[in-house]
Order: sequence, then structure tokens, then C-alpha cells
Amino acid sequence: MAEQNFEKSLDRLEKIVSELENGKLSLDEALKCYEEGIKLVQFCSKKLEAAQKKVEILVKTPSGKFQLKPFEENAD
Amino acid sequence: MERNKHIYTVSELTREARILFESAFPAVWVEGEISNFSAHSSGHMYFSMKDENAVLNCAMFKAENQHLKFAPKDGMQVLCFGRVSIYDKQGKYQLYAQAMEPKGLGALQLAFQQLKERLQKEGLFDAARKKPIPFLPQRIGVVTSPTGAAIRDILNISSRRYQNIEIIILPVRVQGEGASQEIANAVTEFNEYGKVDVILVTRGGGSLEDLWAFNEEPTARAIYDSKIPVISAVGHEVDFTISDFVADFRAPTPSAAAELLIPEKEKLISKLETIYIRMTNSFLHKVNMLKQQLGRLKESYVLRQPMNLVLQMKQRLDDLAHTLVVGMDHIIKLNKEELKTVVGKLEALSPLAVLSRGYSITFKLPDAKIVRAIKALRPGDKVKTKLSRGEFISVVEKTGD
Repeated sequence: MAEQNFEKSLDRLEKIVSELENGKLSLDEALKCYEEGIKLVQFCSKKLEAAQKKVEILVKTPSGKFQLKPFEENAD
Repeated sequence: MERNKHIYTVSELTREARILFESAFPAVWVEGEISNFSAHSSGHMYFSMKDENAVLNCAMFKAENQHLKFAPKDGMQVLCFGRVSIYDKQGKYQLYAQAMEPKGLGALQLAFQQLKERLQKEGLFDAARKKPIPFLPQRIGVVTSPTGAAIRDILNISSRRYQNIEIIILPVRVQGEGASQEIANAVTEFNEYGKVDVILVTRGGGSLEDLWAFNEEPTARAIYDSKIPVISAVGHEVDFTISDFVADFRAPTPSAAAELLIPEKEKLISKLETIYIRMTNSFLHKVNMLKQQLGRLKESYVLRQPMNLVLQMKQRLDDLAHTLVVGMDHIIKLNKEELKTVVGKLEALSPLAVLSRGYSITFKLPDAKIVRAIKALRPGDKVKTKLSRGEFISVVEKTGD
């Protein structure tokens, strides 16, 4: 899962669709492709909803550790 | 003394002095104030440069001065680059200028050019080592001023296009003394932190001096050393900085960088839906085609023929069976006739035939031996007598010859 990313999944989906549309696959192959495609669609939809909107500030503490703090705009 | 005395002609001396000048100052930068400036109709420029104590004659030929982006004027502080030589006809040494910059701004530009050339030679701008910018990053690290226009633009675009994306800001000063080092440290810290997919180094528009931190070596080195892809978006479209050249990607403005990094969610969703529909349709189409093909095959002659064959074979079998039965009957009939004749012949020889003429056969009981002579019997013996039809048992009363 770590290696999988949205863009690669989308590319793979495009390829699957064009192979299916081409119609030259055997039933087994078509079934396999379709299954893989469904998984990729699910993965991509999940990915689209994955992160929460967050705007944070990264602060490095004197001990060298990183801390995230909420960002407030116009805190001038 | 006499022997060593060499008398120069004026030309000779001038020529030798020229060689000395030229080898001593083949490429020099000189700064000073322009005076006695004149642009000749030939296109060449003649002027002097001076400071409090000295004056230097200068010439800048057409081939060189046509690239100047500004018009030199008396009183202007400039920086000239060129070689020093002697103009024989007037016996005057002068600077043959090849480049001229107004001072101040020009110094920055000069520094920019020098750093740019040096880093380029070192390979910091090589296209081959540029990293691809990730599509749909989960977390974007932004190195910028927390109060600047750049971060406002980026956050605006983010909330318009794609709500759920994470933006992490490392606040820095983007101008003034030490700003370059702050920017460099921030890029390094994002690399140490490691959780952002891409780093955006950015600030809004400003003067060349305002943007200067992005033209300094610490910034350039940190961007070059970053393991995480870096986008540089500094100033306006027309502003190019060293960080733009080193970065993996240059965006013309902070907004453009945000638009590049943050895709429109709605578009992605509809793209995904389109793909899903196309995929499902073509899969179902495939299945339907196969179903139809199967149907056609089921109905085809090839598959029905075996049934025909069976029927045909069955019929042939029936025919054969019939022939067999008829043949057998005939054979049986013929044999029956023959049998009758044989039976007739046999009947004539049968003892039963004799019996039918009134004879009988007597058996002595209990062992049922045929009695051929009276001596086999004694009074009191039980005998069985077989007639042509039926039989009876009797007891011998008396025997005699």
C-alpha cells in the first residue's frame, strides 16, 4: 500500500479501461482486470477523502523535536 | 651607456606601452561617475569615468553598447567591465568597455549573474537531477512568511479546490539580512521532519532587493540538497531567482504553485466516475458478447448433429433387429418341418409306440428293473406295470412258465 499512489493508480485505471474497451481479453483476464479496476477506484476515492483540512505550523523545539501548532491567519 | 641606448619612435613606444596596458588589465571592473558622455552617430559611445581624484577615458563600441538596457547619462554612477588599452592617435590610455551596469541595482544583478554562472557550472540546475512533483500530495510543506500575501493566496486556493489537504507552514523571514539562511534552514528542517510530500518555497512580489534572499547561495544549496521535491514560486511571473533555477519546478507565482499542487477535487471525482462507468460498461459488454456467442453455439448445427446421428443409428438398429427377427422366424419354420419328419421316424422305433398297440412293460419294485422273464419274480413281489396310457402297481400271486 505504501508504494501505491493516486497518480499511478489513475494511470493503471486508464490502462485497464482501454484494455477492456479493446475487447481482446479472455473472460478470465477481463474478470481479473475488472476486479483490479474496482479495487483501484475504491483506493482512489478513499485517497480523495483521506486527509483532513489542516493548516499547521511546524516548530522545532530546542531539543530538536518537531511540533505542529495550529496556524492562525493574520496573527501579525 | 651609448651602446645600450635605444631610441624609440613614438609609434614604437606607444605600441609597447599598449602591450603593457593590455596585458596588465585585460578584464577589469571599474566603478565611477559618467561625465562628458557622447553618443556618436556611428553608434559608438565615448565618455569619461571619474571619482574625486581621477578621470578615465572610456569608449564603448556599438557591438557592445547595443545590449545595454538603459541609457547612460552624465552624473550616473556605473560599473564598467572591459580592457584597458591605448588609443595610439591621441596617445591616451582608455577603458574599452564591454559591459556597463548602473550601480546599486547593477551590483545585485552582477552578483546574481556570477552566482548563477557558478552554480550552473557546478551542475545545480541540471535538468537530469530534477525530481518529479507528486500529483495530489497529502501534505504540502510551505516555507514562507506567515503574514505574507503568498500564504494567503495558497490557503485561498486550497480551500476553493480541495478542502481536505494538509498544509504545514515553516514560518521564515523572506527578506532582509539572514533571510536566506532562514529559508535554507526551513528546507533542511522539512527534510528532517520528513512527513511532507513536497516543499513550496515562496513569497509574493517585490523589488529585486526584496526577493534577494532567494538569489543567495544558502537558499540555493538547501534546495539542491533537499530529498523532497521543491517548488520555487517567487514574486511575479517576470521575476526569475536562483532558487527558481535550482528547484525541481518553478511556478511563476505563489497562486500558480498552489494550483499546480492542489488539483480540483470535483474534477478528480468526476474523472474517477467516468472511468468506473467505462470500465463496468465494457466489462458487461464483454460478458454479454460471450453469452450471445454461447447461445449461438448452442443452437448451431455442430452441436445438434450428434443428436441426429443417434437418431439415425437408432433407426438403423431397428432395421437390423427387424431383419434379424424375420430371418430367425424363417429358420425356425424350416427346422420345425424337418423336426416333424425326424420325430415321425423316431416314433416308429419308440417303445411307447409298441405300448399303444396293447403291450405293457412290467418293472419289479422297488428298484424298477424291467421284468423280461418270470424267473425274476416270486409270489409276493410288488410290480409296476406301465401301459400306453397310465400305470398301476400289483402284487404277484403265482408264477408259472
